[in-house]
Amino acid sequence: MNIVVCVKYVPDAQADRSFTADNTTDRASVDGLLSELDEYAVEEALVIADANDGEVTVLTMGPEDAATAIKKSLQMGAHKGVHILDDAIAGSDSVATSLILSSAIRKIGDVDLVLTGLGSTDGGMSVVPAMLAERLGLPQVTFASEVTVADGSVTIRRDGDAAAETIRASLPAVVSVTDQINEPRYPSFKGIMAAKKKPVDTWSLADIEVEASQVGLDAAWSTVVNVEQRPPRSQGTIVTDEGNGGAELADYLAAGKFI
Amino acid sequence: MSEVLVLVDHVDGAVRKTTSEMLTAAARLGEPAAVFVGAGLDAARETLAAYGATKIYVVDSSDVTDYLVAPTAEVLASLCEKVSPAAVLLPSTTTGKEIAGRLAIKTSAGVVTDAIDIEPVDGGIQSKQSVFAGNYTVTAKIVKGAPIITVKPNSIAPLESAATPTEETVEVSVSDAAKASSIVSTEPKAASGRPSLTEAAIVVSGGRGTGGDFGPVEGFADALGAAVGASRAAVDAGWYPHSSQVGQTGVSVSPQLYVAAGISGAIQHRAGMQTSKAIVAINKDEEAPIFEMVDFGVVGDLFTVLPAATAKINES
Repeated sequence: MNIVVCVKYVPDAQADRSFTADNTTDRASVDGLLSELDEYAVEEALVIADANDGEVTVLTMGPEDAATAIKKSLQMGAHKGVHILDDAIAGSDSVATSLILSSAIRKIGDVDLVLTGLGSTDGGMSVVPAMLAERLGLPQVTFASEVTVADGSVTIRRDGDAAAETIRASLPAVVSVTDQINEPRYPSFKGIMAAKKKPVDTWSLADIEVEASQVGLDAAWSTVVNVEQRPPRSQGTIVTDEGNGGAELADYLAAGKFI
Repeated sequence: MSEVLVLVDHVDGAVRKTTSEMLTAAARLGEPAAVFVGAGLDAARETLAAYGATKIYVVDSSDVTDYLVAPTAEVLASLCEKVSPAAVLLPSTTTGKEIAGRLAIKTSAGVVTDAIDIEPVDGGIQSKQSVFAGNYTVTAKIVKGAPIITVKPNSIAPLESAATPTEETVEVSVSDAAKASSIVSTEPKAASGRPSLTEAAIVVSGGRGTGGDFGPVEGFADALGAAVGASRAAVDAGWYPHSSQVGQTGVSVSPQLYVAAGISGAIQHRAGMQTSKAIVAINKDEEAPIFEMVDFGVVGDLFTVLPAATAKINES
C-alpha cells in the first residue's frame, strides 16, 4: 500500500507571527517547523503502513527550509520524501497549492491513500484536502478521529457537534485526520540516524508539469488587500476572591446586561 | 441584479442561525437565493423568507444527501453555470468548507473561508478574516470567478427583511465518482439542551482547573443560557468531548461574552476565542496569561466563585 502524507512547513504558532510587505505570511522572522497538526497524519500513515505492508512518502512544497518538515517526518519513520522546490511557488494560494500537490501525487503514482492534517496552523483554511480530492478525482473523508483501512476501502469516524458519523470511501481516497486520532511518536535516536539515509527527491514545477504562471502570488485567485493587526486587548478589572468574587462576577454581568 | 447563492445550513429543516446571517450578507451583494439540500423544507421556508430569500432552489434527492460533500458541490456547480451568481456563500463548518474547496476547483473561482464580514467593493467583493490566533484581520478580494465564501457563524448580525421566495426544484444527476464516499451510520449526540457552541451569544468554557468536574461550569452556563466549551487540556484529559473544544484545533467562537474558567490562556486556546466581544476569566493563578486579555477577571477558585455567581444570578 502506497501512502502519501502531505505536510506543511509553517512558522511556529507559539511565536509572534506577522506579514511581509506584500501581505503574505512572514516566514523569515519566525522559526519554521513541521506543522503540529501534520504530525498526526504522519503517525497515522506509519500505523496504517505497518499493518498493511505499506510505504509512506512525505510530500511538501515550499522554500529550502521546508526540507525540515520532511526530515522530521523521515525521523518519525516515513520511508521517503518529495520536496517541490521552485522560486515561483512563493505566495501560492490554496488553489495553487492543491494544483502543485495533486500534480506531485500523480507523478509519485500508484497512490492508495493521501493523508493530511486537519488544517495548517498558519493559513488554517482546511480546504486543500477537498481540493486535492477534486483534482485527483478521488473521494475524501475528513476530520477523522479513527481510521480503519480494509478490503479496498477506508472507514473513518468523525465527531461533529450534532452527531458522530461513520463514513466509508473506496480507495484510493484523500483522508484528513484530527489531533484526537493518535499520539505522534517522537523520533528515536535510531530513527534520526536512519533518516539520514532515506531518499528525498527534490522536484521543480517543470518536473511535475506545472507552469510557473499557474502558481505563486500573481496567479492567486484571491488576493489580500489589507492586513491589520488587531489592537491588543487591554486588561480590564481584576478582583481577587475574598469571599465576594462570585457576587462581583454576577454584578459585572448584570452591569453588562448579560443577565 | 445577480443572484447570490446561499447554501442553507439546517438539520432536517431546522435552520441554523448561520443561514440568516448568510442571507443578510447575501442581500448586500445581490438577490439572496437559498439552496436547500435535503428534507424538511416545510419547516425552513418561513425563516428563509423572513431573512430575504427571493428564491429557494430545492434539492431533495438521496443521491445528494447520502454521499457527503461531493454531490452538493456538483449541484452548486451546475447552479453556478446556470445562473452565474455574484457569489456563493456557505457556512464555515467542516462540510461547508469542503464543499467550497471542491466548488472552487470545479468553477475555477477563488475561495475565502471563515469570513467575518463581506461587502461589495468596486469591481468585486471583499471579505474579512481573522488570522494568526485572532491577532490580525485580513481583508481579501477574490479576483477570479464568482467568489466562494464560507461565513463564520456569529459574525454578521442577521437582519429580517421579508421576501416572498419563488421555489424551483433542481433536478440532479450525480456522477458515480461523487458517490465514492458515503455515510455508513450516524449516532446523534444526546441533546444537552444548550445552544450550539458556534451560535451561542454566551460561551462558558472549562479547562485544566476543573480537575475534570464540569459541574460548576455547566451550572453557571445554564444560569446564563450559555453553551459549554472546553480547553484542549480538558479534552485531551477525556473530561469533555472534542466537539466542544475551543481553540486552534477545535472550534473558533466569537460570542458576545466568553467566560474562561480554570483556563490559563495558551495561544492554542486564545486562537479560538480572542475575537469574542467581552472576555471574563476565573483562575486561581493570578499570573495566568488569560488575565492579560480579560474585561473582567476573578483570581480565585472556580469551585467557589462560579457556584456563588450562579446562585446570585438565579436569585435575581
